[in-house]
Amino acid sequence: MLAFYRRLYPFKSLFTWLNHEHAPTKLFTHREFAFTLQGDVYLRYNSFATPDDLKKQVCAYNPTRFEIGPVYSARPRDKKTVRDAAFSPQLRELVFDIDMSDYDPVRTCCAAADICRRCWQFIAAAVRVLDRALRDQFGYTHLLWVYSGRRGIHLWVSDREALELTDEQRRALVGWLTVIQGGKEMHKKVNVRVGGKSLPPSLAQAYKMLEPVFHELILEDQDVFASEERWQALLHLVPDAVREKLKNAWERDPHRASADKWQNVLDEVDAWKPPARHAASQTQTPAAIKEDIVLQYTYPRLDAEVSKHRNHLLKAPFCVHPKTGRVCVPVDPRTIDRFDPGRVPTVHQLLRELDAAAPPAPSGGGETGEGVGGDKVTAAGEHHADWERTSLKPYVELLDRHARGLMEETRRAKQKMDLSW
Amino acid sequence: MISRRELQATSKDAKPGVVQTHSKYPFRLNFYDRPPVEEITIEQFETAALDRLRVLAEIESCFARNRTFEEMGKVIVGIWDKYLPLHSSTAHLERLEEERRKDHIGHFVLRLAFCRSEDLRRRFVKAETTLFKLRYQSDDHNEREKFLKSRDFDWVVASPEEIQDLITPTSYDPASKSSTYYKVKWTRVPDLVEKRKVVLKGGMAYVPAAEQASIVYQEFQRHLEKDLEATAKALPRLDEDTRLIPILDNLSKGFQAGISSEWAGKTEGQEGLTADMIDEMAYKHYPACMRNLHMALRRDKHLKHFGRLQYGLFLKVLGLSIDEALAFWRKAFSTMQDDKFNKEYRYNIRHSYGLEGKRANYAAMSCQQILMSHEPGSGDSHGCPYRHFSADNLQSALLTMYSDHGLTSQDMPEIMHMVKQKHYHVACTRVFEITHAHQGVKKGEGVGGGESVTHPNQYAARSRELEKKENGDGDVVMQG
Repeated sequence: MLAFYRRLYPFKSLFTWLNHEHAPTKLFTHREFAFTLQGDVYLRYNSFATPDDLKKQVCAYNPTRFEIGPVYSARPRDKKTVRDAAFSPQLRELVFDIDMSDYDPVRTCCAAADICRRCWQFIAAAVRVLDRALRDQFGYTHLLWVYSGRRGIHLWVSDREALELTDEQRRALVGWLTVIQGGKEMHKKVNVRVGGKSLPPSLAQAYKMLEPVFHELILEDQDVFASEERWQALLHLVPDAVREKLKNAWERDPHRASADKWQNVLDEVDAWKPPARHAASQTQTPAAIKEDIVLQYTYPRLDAEVSKHRNHLLKAPFCVHPKTGRVCVPVDPRTIDRFDPGRVPTVHQLLRELDAAAPPAPSGGGETGEGVGGDKVTAAGEHHADWERTSLKPYVELLDRHARGLMEETRRAKQKMDLSW
Repeated sequence: MISRRELQATSKDAKPGVVQTHSKYPFRLNFYDRPPVEEITIEQFETAALDRLRVLAEIESCFARNRTFEEMGKVIVGIWDKYLPLHSSTAHLERLEEERRKDHIGHFVLRLAFCRSEDLRRRFVKAETTLFKLRYQSDDHNEREKFLKSRDFDWVVASPEEIQDLITPTSYDPASKSSTYYKVKWTRVPDLVEKRKVVLKGGMAYVPAAEQASIVYQEFQRHLEKDLEATAKALPRLDEDTRLIPILDNLSKGFQAGISSEWAGKTEGQEGLTADMIDEMAYKHYPACMRNLHMALRRDKHLKHFGRLQYGLFLKVLGLSIDEALAFWRKAFSTMQDDKFNKEYRYNIRHSYGLEGKRANYAAMSCQQILMSHEPGSGDSHGCPYRHFSADNLQSALLTMYSDHGLTSQDMPEIMHMVKQKHYHVACTRVFEITHAHQGVKKGEGVGGGESVTHPNQYAARSRELEKKENGDGDVVMQG
């Protein structure tokens, strides 16, 4: 691990991404870093003046991972010396966490902590829907998606306005995006129709994106309704009359494919007439029943608590997942479908690549020394830009491109201020 | 009286275009931009504040009792007619000016009293905003329009083209009949965004006319929050004689004592409650939420975070000591290695007993908190079964839990009706009455004196009290 931090971890890129400009600002210096050391020792409220300081400390601790928290009103390392009232979270990227284990009731290929290319498609669909919603509806532009190293994906939104959101506003935004609700004991987890019969426009748009996913992923690839337990769950989502009918039919013919079962549902629901003066008939139209089922099986399942509070810590990009050894790499949402979590470089693979590319001279020299922002060899003779010679390169470049977008924005904002003088 | 300069300093941000100035109150509604700047006698100072406090305290108690907004309106109107009358401009009363002045003074005195702690500020803002809402809704239509025009709310009426683009012809919102939409930054109307009552595009929220009031309330609330913080900062510099401070102290104490939002147990839990007794306790005395958590714990040998939190704090208040709690959870997670338990769970349990971290003495969650916060996600077992279960699961769960205690399927339609009306606490109270009928609890009696369930520990405490009474009477011990 130490070699990974020393030679491969892109501290410079991480810095520019968090800091939005070259010279360190409060965005970096007042930022909390938390380290998890070997043996699950947890160190909170660290902060650093420069990326080199961060690197030095990381190399000294050699943590299994580290997390990034909010920008506080004072330097987090001074927490003990300032009054409680003067120490509060001020700015924080808007973050999201999607975890594959929340999809267990609707996937068949893996369970719990496992993930494969097939169930990655759930994540891919979630990424497309959220990416679109945050850009179109909320107007955010600086979205960084990061594979969490095992079974999930993180999103960091770094727009200035997103950084400034209060906890209350974050809660509201999460409420707007959350569709799947209710615990284990609630069959129908989609309840989004307030008053009217049709879906709210934002969800109608999501539905359009998710309908094909439902067919390809749920019906064909995952064949979700094959087992009795799963198709029983499906039948809880249709009106009682339809449920009885289909239950009998499917019990007689248990091996019917998911697509055929879905066709049965569609036919029966279409033929079904809502009972007159039924209390729930407002929302129980055939179209609504179908839409709600599609959403329940495919809509993004967010871990809402992560996004609601500014002081929530989230694992930094490019950390190594302790169980899988995979690096948490940024992902391009436009090619998310082709991303394969199994092919993400592991720390061992990267170190092997490095050895193969150029055996390090005993003195510790031999690197190119021209990373982003003009990396230099530090006094300790550490390598900064060694990632360029490994398969980590495209991922670091992705983060650098993203950070450049942020720096460009900061520059423009400053220019505007100058002009206004 | 009050040092004028200091008070002025507390509301620097008064907008220049605002019409209402000192000594003139053209509207019944007031955003309280400027503090009163005239001579006020000590007596006026105190009565204005006390009368207003009565109204605010009643609002808080309505919240604690889970009253709906409509019910609250009826109650509060009665109270404010008595203590804080405020008539519309059309009333042409001579007292009009006087009424509004009293309203104005009372508000600012209470600001001074309640700006001092985070908790007081939060409660004051909530109560004041509710009062403003109630007044806004009862305001005369024309007058309200005039009031709205008198301030700059910084909203833009969306052009018909914009609306056409955004709202499909078969629009979803009943409010679309009136086709006016107000455009504001979405961050100004978080409550509407959370409920998806607006259309969002590029960070702007298009608010239908029917929801316009929300923008006003949010503005009022934000305004007040900001001013209170400024007041809190200015307060230490308020060079005041000894006449006011005691009054202010008394006021803030009155607010705190008036209504306890947390349920404080009359019995401090049972002495000597041990981990082995929990199963029996659960069977006899638990409300459905805790029964469900206990059953899930026994079934899965595990509970997720919020489940542990909800159940753990309940157990604490029930009287389980920290050592017994650790023993209880250790045993319950029977499939887990000691090492993992000690690393990942021990700290949290100790934390909830105030032995780690910031060492806060956490109260057990009230029904309100269970209903409103931390909506259970998939795989979670916490929450309120009456609210978070689907209808058929709730029925079968209730029958499993309580059929030994006298609950039958004949009782279900009544319970389910209450659930459908979203009166979850009423449903829970009714179940309590039915399951404790053999101990002489009658319908409508609730958990004593007609009160309904507002806290799981209250449910359990009352249940144990009834059992104790029964045993104390020398009767045969009833085993449910």
